[in-house]
Amino acid sequence: MTVTEDQPGAEVGRDRRRKEDARLITGRTMWTENINLPGMLHLAILRSPLAHARITHVDVDAALELPGVVAAFTGRDVADMQGSLPCAWPVTEDTVLPGYPPLAVDEVRHTGEPVAVVAARDRASAQDALEAIEIDYEPLPVVVDMEDALADGAPLVHEDAGTNKCYTWVLDSAEAGTGGDVAQAKSDAEVVLERRYVQQRLIPAFMEPRSVVVDPTGDQITMWSATQIPHILRLMLAMSTGVPEHKIRVVAPDVGGGFGGKLQVTPEEFIAFAAARRFGRPVKFVESRSETMLSGHHGRDQIQDITLSARRDGTVTGLSVKLLANMGAYLGIVTPGVPVLGAFMFNAIYKFPAYRFECSGVFTNTTKTDAYRGAGRPEATYAIERIMDELATELDVDPIELRRRNWIQHDEFPFTTVAGLTYDSGNYEAATDQAMELFGYHELRREQAERRESGDPVQLGIGVSTYTEMCGLAPSRILGQLRYGAGGWETASVRMLPTGKVEVITGTSPHGQSHETAWSQIVADRLGVPFDDVEVLHGDTRTSHKGLDTYGSRSLAVGGTALVSACEKVVDKAKPIAAHLLECDPADLEFVDGQYRVKGTPGAGKTLADCALAVFTAHDLPDGVEANLDADAVVDPENFSFPHGTHLCATEVDTETGQVKIRSYVAVDDVGTVINPLIVDGQVHGGIAQGIAQALYEEAVYDEDGNLLTGTFVDYTVPSSADLPDIITGRTETPATGHPLGAKGVGEAGTIASTPAVVNAIVDALRPFGVSDIRMPCTPERVWQAIRDARAAREGSDRP
Amino acid sequence: MTRISLTVDGVRYDDDVDPRTLLVHHLRDRLGKVGTVVGCDTSNCGACTVLLAGKSVKSCTVLATQADGSDVTTIEGLSGPNDALHPMQQAFHGCHGLQCGYCTPGMIMAAVDLLADNPEPSDDEVREGLEGNLCRCTGYQNIVRAVQQAAADMRAAAPRTSQSADAAQEVTT
Repeated sequence: MTVTEDQPGAEVGRDRRRKEDARLITGRTMWTENINLPGMLHLAILRSPLAHARITHVDVDAALELPGVVAAFTGRDVADMQGSLPCAWPVTEDTVLPGYPPLAVDEVRHTGEPVAVVAARDRASAQDALEAIEIDYEPLPVVVDMEDALADGAPLVHEDAGTNKCYTWVLDSAEAGTGGDVAQAKSDAEVVLERRYVQQRLIPAFMEPRSVVVDPTGDQITMWSATQIPHILRLMLAMSTGVPEHKIRVVAPDVGGGFGGKLQVTPEEFIAFAAARRFGRPVKFVESRSETMLSGHHGRDQIQDITLSARRDGTVTGLSVKLLANMGAYLGIVTPGVPVLGAFMFNAIYKFPAYRFECSGVFTNTTKTDAYRGAGRPEATYAIERIMDELATELDVDPIELRRRNWIQHDEFPFTTVAGLTYDSGNYEAATDQAMELFGYHELRREQAERRESGDPVQLGIGVSTYTEMCGLAPSRILGQLRYGAGGWETASVRMLPTGKVEVITGTSPHGQSHETAWSQIVADRLGVPFDDVEVLHGDTRTSHKGLDTYGSRSLAVGGTALVSACEKVVDKAKPIAAHLLECDPADLEFVDGQYRVKGTPGAGKTLADCALAVFTAHDLPDGVEANLDADAVVDPENFSFPHGTHLCATEVDTETGQVKIRSYVAVDDVGTVINPLIVDGQVHGGIAQGIAQALYEEAVYDEDGNLLTGTFVDYTVPSSADLPDIITGRTETPATGHPLGAKGVGEAGTIASTPAVVNAIVDALRPFGVSDIRMPCTPERVWQAIRDARAAREGSDRP
Repeated sequence: MTRISLTVDGVRYDDDVDPRTLLVHHLRDRLGKVGTVVGCDTSNCGACTVLLAGKSVKSCTVLATQADGSDVTTIEGLSGPNDALHPMQQAFHGCHGLQCGYCTPGMIMAAVDLLADNPEPSDDEVREGLEGNLCRCTGYQNIVRAVQQAAADMRAAAPRTSQSADAAQEVTT
């Protein structure tokens, strides 16, 4: 089967069809669930039906009597060996870090929390046996709402913490010396807007449910897991369970999506690890979709109180942000840090002179939140882009014109923002101009005016969203300053095989991002070898012993840079060997198009393949030269990278039914140098789809007793093909300046930009009715209600 | 236990199954057809879609015993002789209609059936036709493009082959 074409020419910038596809389109994939080992036991997990309760009695004996059941255990049985699940990001010195037993021991704090485990010869028997476990609970008071949780006398999620507040984290530009004082800005302002926006809770909803297989029978305990973070997982297993790191191997085989949802060290992984050690046999746990929805971490869930101060000419003079961020019942690997990432993005692309951000993390009896595509940055972008539209309305200025008056001009880069970051490059004017042209902005505004004039029941709305994001996570020094528990470097290794083929090992861990293809393109150009001669290996701590994995749009900007560095080392190492083969001085050689040639002398040279063979035979190497062309590189980025762009959305809103239809959507993104345009467009499409989903369709809802009401795909409405529009994509390319690839990252951009574009468009359509906000997701019912409420308010205020 | 006989991807299998066994679990756990995957437990996602007697079904909604005596085609049996790709597989590759690839087997099988019913669909008909198959990566845009590409390729090949799903297994590139 041939699914790649082999043509000469520069690889970077080409629409290469993906290497990954060959196995994915034929069903020859290695999902974790496909792994079966001799003697393997299947685990099923009993979960708490209550959101907060004391466990007063558990008895698994009856389950043990059932056919196929081999063992069963509770949290008490493994209390001393199961470890506590780690949080790697206590954002302040006094962040409350509750203990987090993978299997609850005495108390449960959210529905779906694991309480007992059955191991059986097959999955169905294990599942059946759960019903035979006797368990009694003493219900405790439940708190679900964040503001309720902070009220005096609220039930405590963690009694011994004495509070439901996890932390309060503040960034104040006056104190930090990065800008002015927001209180002063507010008192001097000609216009002050105060708004509350609600980021509903979302569920990442990757398509492959999480699963884990653990084999304890070798010298290393091997864990296969559907994870984004095999390296971090190994480290956390070692640190939390006491099993030495070198005795653990973690493999992320083919992984079916993550979107931050598999950026986690999960109770289920720890339970399977403990079970395998306890039984001395391989075990497997495969969760159902309902279990994913209930207990896999959720995302977003913030209340955002925003104050914007401005002059009447549209110049914003101050921005104050007060956030409540729902942690859920426990802290996951980066739970507290997600809203803090957003702290640096509320000022967005603008030159605001004064800024204050204050965030309180709040415990509630709900599933924990953690990273979901964009992690902190979509929330920030949503709030600022919504309130910029409010200011435009207040001042009767075109929303794009208002943004122009405040954004950083292209000749002002590098620009240090009021939040303290230095944006290296960007061109907001170019991206916006291109977007307006592709969109037909002025024509649509004309049509909007006509429809308003004629009282068309279907009104047209135009939504604007300009954005930047910080990605390429991350400079280790900055992560240290933010109290994150690890660095942000990345690794790559290049192995030159004797036949001239190349193996590349990356410390990043793809799960849909096409690294095998993009990394091959980079290597092909850097080493002058054919695209098909490169194999990219990843996701197994045995081959890729070091890495920080894939999230935060970091893989290419950081991992790709490490790859370039490793390639350069290979080229340098081969040079004396090539010189020896050519009987010349290494200083006279240049490496062009995959050949070492004497400078200024056309004709035959020596390829890396020639050098690799010479190194393999080692019959005739120059004195003192090691018989080895392989190279490793570790790169720690100097700065984040800052993709940006302008998204424009036109919605048709039926004012009689509340139905919203996206008529057109234009995305112009600047992600720096593009390695593969096909892949970049795919990332933009998918990112926008998830942002639209937040705007229109998705919400994880709890009732007041802490029951998840949207625990399946029936009630949590991930959009289908019939629910989403075609996207028109455009691009500007302003390379990142901090590294040789110039790439900035694209995984999260679409999600960050699109949610405010859609909601701004809906609100824009309904401005004539007096609507100024609609809570997400903007379902027909909510849109219809907003129109009704606005009409009623207007009629009320019209009365004498 | 109930005795059933299935022909899966051209090979006949006779097995005793627990009557409650779903077709997808029989395919995966007993027959090793792990190219077909499970994405949900409410029959919403379509990741487990296969062709049963030539028509697409979500194999999590069919008991293995209900399929007794039937022909089943999974993603693993869609390629033609010598592993030549089906036009739909080729189009998903060519149009970048997949990212993580988890929904892809079901999506491809559903799309094959869609074109068998409607060889020349509009984009909206493709979107409506694939509504039962969820994808979280692509936003569906390149999936729609891929289905249209496959439709065009299969129509171009039509003089040589019929447009049934079976015949479409002959290679067109």
